Amino acid sequence: MYVAVKGGERAIESAHAWLAEERRGDTNIAELSLPQIREQLKLAVDRVMAEGSLYDPDLAALAIKQSRGDLIEAIFLIRAYRTTLPRFGASRPVDTGAMDCDRRISATFKDLPGGQVLGPTFDYTHRLLDFKLAAESEVPDAPTREVSSGAVPHVTEFLNQEELIESAPHDDTPPPDLTREPLEMPADRALRLQALTRADEGFTLGLAYSTQRGYGRNHAFVGELRIGAVTVEMDIPELGFAVEIGEVTLTECETVNQFTGSKSEPPQFTRGYGLVFGQSERKAISMALVDRALRWEELGEDYVGAPAQDTEFVLYHADNIQATGFLEHIKLPHYVDFQSELELVRKLRREAGEEQFQEAAE
Amino acid sequence: MTEYNFAYLDEQTKRMIRRAILKGLAIPGYQVPFASREMPMPYGWGTGGVQVSAALLTPDDTFKVIDQGADDTTNAVSIRSFFERTAGVATTTATSEASVIQTRHRIPEDALTENQILVYQVPIPEPLRFLEPRESETRKMHSLEEYGLMHVKLYEDISRHGHIATSYAYPVKVEGRYVMDPSPIPKFDNPKLGNMAAIQLFGAGREQRIYALPPYTQVVSLDFEDHPFEASKADHPCGLCDATDSYLDEVIIDDQGGRMFVCSDTDYCTARQAAGHKGKDAA
Repeated sequence: MYVAVKGGERAIESAHAWLAEERRGDTNIAELSLPQIREQLKLAVDRVMAEGSLYDPDLAALAIKQSRGDLIEAIFLIRAYRTTLPRFGASRPVDTGAMDCDRRISATFKDLPGGQVLGPTFDYTHRLLDFKLAAESEVPDAPTREVSSGAVPHVTEFLNQEELIESAPHDDTPPPDLTREPLEMPADRALRLQALTRADEGFTLGLAYSTQRGYGRNHAFVGELRIGAVTVEMDIPELGFAVEIGEVTLTECETVNQFTGSKSEPPQFTRGYGLVFGQSERKAISMALVDRALRWEELGEDYVGAPAQDTEFVLYHADNIQATGFLEHIKLPHYVDFQSELELVRKLRREAGEEQFQEAAE
Repeated sequence: MTEYNFAYLDEQTKRMIRRAILKGLAIPGYQVPFASREMPMPYGWGTGGVQVSAALLTPDDTFKVIDQGADDTTNAVSIRSFFERTAGVATTTATSEASVIQTRHRIPEDALTENQILVYQVPIPEPLRFLEPRESETRKMHSLEEYGLMHVKLYEDISRHGHIATSYAYPVKVEGRYVMDPSPIPKFDNPKLGNMAAIQLFGAGREQRIYALPPYTQVVSLDFEDHPFEASKADHPCGLCDATDSYLDEVIIDDQGGRMFVCSDTDYCTARQAAGHKGKDAA
């Protein structure tokens, strides 16, 4: 005997209780604290802040804890929280030239003013599991040296002085705001960069990689990659001047790409740009490559049909919160539509069967 | 929950959504872009409908949520409890008692009135999307009223299958102008879209679109003279309430493949049973 299913409410409550229990895991093991996540899983925190579009390491740590380490779920928590926050105003553009660099490298010059600073990078580590880490261990202090403080010039500026690279003139046009206006095509570069900086790291990486393998190739040199803290300033109308309201860590990547030129215009290198919250090199470089690929039209290049050249394709599919929501919604009941399809397929099959029967009879 | 505004969204956001709704009502069937917000439920799970409902609800409203026609499907339960928590509005499962009904995939069997609003959750608002993936192109096609591609698709269905092979999200034309996706309702529900007394609002959160049908709007399901549109359902009476005019779910009841057919609209079915109607499978 069939009884219509009731009790969705109780099932949901029980599922949530079980989830909470699973999140905690074995209670004989000490619980993770937010400072532990913030300090020791910093790159995860950085990714959640970047793709969540909210710079708050403590909230990101909380989101990671709550999501059991599922970073896309953590990003979702941050986004859903972010959207409820009142908007007081906008900061002044941050000056990455004045960045307090932890890391600053250029692949295009052997040495340069400001120097090459490796910083805390995995780059030259041998990827051997360090079994000593399995046991808790003290970390020896890293050696230090005095650094000259002060602004470190951008590599692309050196090229710009000789007009070897396209100029990027100062522009005070307020950028559109992806989070307050619907995304509409065509999207200008400011909007594209805004979408890319919060885009899924994996998706952006895949697209960038595809350009390297020939789908919209525009060979990129890492002109410069820098990571460090910049101050955030905001104009306070009542005061009439800008005050420093905080500091954020950013990763900035400027690529120097294949030159363009024509009979009338001498060849010049072109630019790709990536800027991401936190220490997120892979993302910043990927972003710069995809940015450059999307610029084909303004640089007078051919559209070769590469995915990374297709603004609509890239921007409409780069957001992992949109993507994961829609992907996972197919878990929801669809039995009404399925029933409709069942009826249709049965009808079509019945008719096909009758036709065959008739043909056989004839 | 005092940390959030009434019905979760802040008033500025509600105002922005209401403007989009008004524009949608002024241009029936036209997809109005709106700055959809991230909601605390995933995109694709009704965020468009939830935002529209949030913009509509007042403390005096009575709210009903259905998914697949049922009030007790998990996502309907989840959305209902969201508004119970954030708006504190009265909720109901009775279609006739609700002033705002949010739905996914169904239109209630009972006719709605001028005092009601039906809010649809929409996954893909663009009826031309699977014929042309580019939004920039499809918007152009709508503005030029260029719907030939859709007719070709329906014609190809007929030549291949003998029938139009679309059984849900069946495209309609609104007031002779815009071709509109009615959301993934079974085509059985399509005839209810037109000339409805209630306001119908469609919200697509992820795709950032709102569209609307004002009361008593002309809505025509696309078809051909020699292949007229046909609303279809399983050819059975409801096993519980014996209704012959309602959309039916097919439920598998044993592992020999035995099955029965029951109303998808649970409120409709319950009310009929309470009124003494009894199907062949009722206890």
